[in-house]
Amino acid sequence: MATLSIKNLAKHYGETRVLSGIELAVEDGEFVVLVGPSGCGKSTLLRMIAGLDAPTLGDISIGDRMVNGLAPAERKIAMVFQSYALYPHMNVRKNMTFGLKFTGVERQEMDRRVAEAARMLQLEPLLERQPRDLSGGQRQRVAIGRAIVREPDVFLFDEPLSNLDAALRVSTRVEIARLHRLLRATMIYVTHDQIEAMTLADRIVVMNQGRIEQVGKPLDLYYTPANLFVAGFIGSPAMNFFKSKVERIADGRAHIAGPAVETFVAPASAALGQGASVTIGVRPEHLDIGAPGAFAAKGTVELVERLGESSFAYIRRADEQMMVAEVRGRQTPSAGDTLSLGADLADVHLFDEAGRRIEVATA
Amino acid sequence: MLKQRAQSVGVHVILIAYSLLAVGPILLVVMNSFKARRAIFGAPLAPPNPTSFSLVGYAKVFNASHVGTYFTNSLIVTLVSMGLVLLFGAMAAWALTEYRFRGSTALALFLSIGIMVPIRLGSVAILRMMREAGLNDTLTALILVYVAQGLPLAIFILSEFIQQIPKDLRDAARCDGVPETRIFFEVIAPLLRPAIATVAIFTIVPIWNDLWFPLILTSSDTTHTITLGVQQFLGEYITDWNSVLAALSMAILPIVAIYVIFSRQLIAGLTAGAVK
Repeated sequence: MATLSIKNLAKHYGETRVLSGIELAVEDGEFVVLVGPSGCGKSTLLRMIAGLDAPTLGDISIGDRMVNGLAPAERKIAMVFQSYALYPHMNVRKNMTFGLKFTGVERQEMDRRVAEAARMLQLEPLLERQPRDLSGGQRQRVAIGRAIVREPDVFLFDEPLSNLDAALRVSTRVEIARLHRLLRATMIYVTHDQIEAMTLADRIVVMNQGRIEQVGKPLDLYYTPANLFVAGFIGSPAMNFFKSKVERIADGRAHIAGPAVETFVAPASAALGQGASVTIGVRPEHLDIGAPGAFAAKGTVELVERLGESSFAYIRRADEQMMVAEVRGRQTPSAGDTLSLGADLADVHLFDEAGRRIEVATA
Repeated sequence: MLKQRAQSVGVHVILIAYSLLAVGPILLVVMNSFKARRAIFGAPLAPPNPTSFSLVGYAKVFNASHVGTYFTNSLIVTLVSMGLVLLFGAMAAWALTEYRFRGSTALALFLSIGIMVPIRLGSVAILRMMREAGLNDTLTALILVYVAQGLPLAIFILSEFIQQIPKDLRDAARCDGVPETRIFFEVIAPLLRPAIATVAIFTIVPIWNDLWFPLILTSSDTTHTITLGVQQFLGEYITDWNSVLAALSMAILPIVAIYVIFSRQLIAGLTAGAVK
């Protein structure tokens, strides 16, 4: 097991900068999830950690070894691919041992490792089967088993659940979390699915357009997103944003209002000066119907999605934009209703003109 | 609906006509090889019947001292050439698609010229080269020429197939610590089996049927191939049609056998189950 550190990493393809200025330190045994929209560079970053792509700039160290020039096999990593990438002409056992043959592992040791991995992943009855005779979930477990038998310092997962159907995705996700607890190994996991990121990660790295937007614990990202991108990316449905302006400052308090927001008062600060443009963000689950809070907005319901335990109301606001509010309980609004929504000061996020978070003293 | 039906009938008519055109002469050869000389000329289109049936052609061919040697020569030349074309072709295709190196594009282009320019244009130069290398009148000379002839197309077809093999597989093998040569031989090559069957057929048929290079490169009975050997039954004044037809019928057999063996591989898609 080992730490991983990435310093000032960049990847350019000609003029296009796929990644730039990546700094990341992963602790021993930590589960780090790289998440971001497609094309944000998260897979490229993972492939560079694996040694499958060479960085244009910067250093990668695993443990206290600099691995820049090393081949994937020398880095003591194991990678699980979205497509499973099982060797199609070898049975499950051979798939797991094929790589070990070249690393000088004794026959007995090989058998022990395969037996252990098979037990962990419930693969014992499948060891002599061919990949084509396995279901998607079984194939992915074999791929994970192939990674485990290598006993790597760092596990790398490249969207391992994306090819599975919804039910299997949940159970395999639980499986991976259990494995992490069992193996206490350092794991780097790439996904575009923020639910996978939230549920699995010790820390999440949110990436966008080749940069790291924020690194933090799942709940920190949820409660204190560093910028508009993270605020909009983490959480589902996405956070509602309201463009607004600081209208006046009185008694050390900023009065903020916008086309769709009733006046909202927050403690003034350097970022909340007279006339400053501010984006207010409130998550759907923090908007309460009819509860007057520090924040208030109004609109007409256009559509209600009923999920059972809660419903999502899609509401057209005064500025013709849409917002979403989560409504709990049996009583759901219906289309055409006009609703007043409120939120507590603690649940309201403020962002400056550049999209950076403005800290608001709630006391 | 009616249009579809008409289309399908049209397609079938064309295909059947083509099949008849292709199979007809072969059928004629095989049929007449089992007939007596008089019947061959009397009713060339009639199948053998009890009165016209005769194995005289086959008897003559088997008794002719060199036919066995010709067959062996053809087999050696064809199989060794095929083996080398497949091995080098697959290796070159892998290198050209997988690795970017200085001159790789130029090399790929150079090889594709080999598809467009017939090797026979170089006959005189080849003959001179073989004579100078002391390879004149050897099977090695034929094999070298056929490998050169078969490689360009083999590389072209195999490159296309290699590009379809998911990149994740070789990445997985690399992460697994499999050396590059083993990645090729133990991960990629087994997946190329359907492609290799295709290339094998494309390679074998022209080699087996070739008359030109045995004619200019071999001069003794011990190095003749079957297609050249058959010519000895075609005399200037008398042609022993029984023997010619019998020898030709037998010469078709190995090709048919190989085709039957490989056509299964052609159809079998081995990648099923590798990646979703």
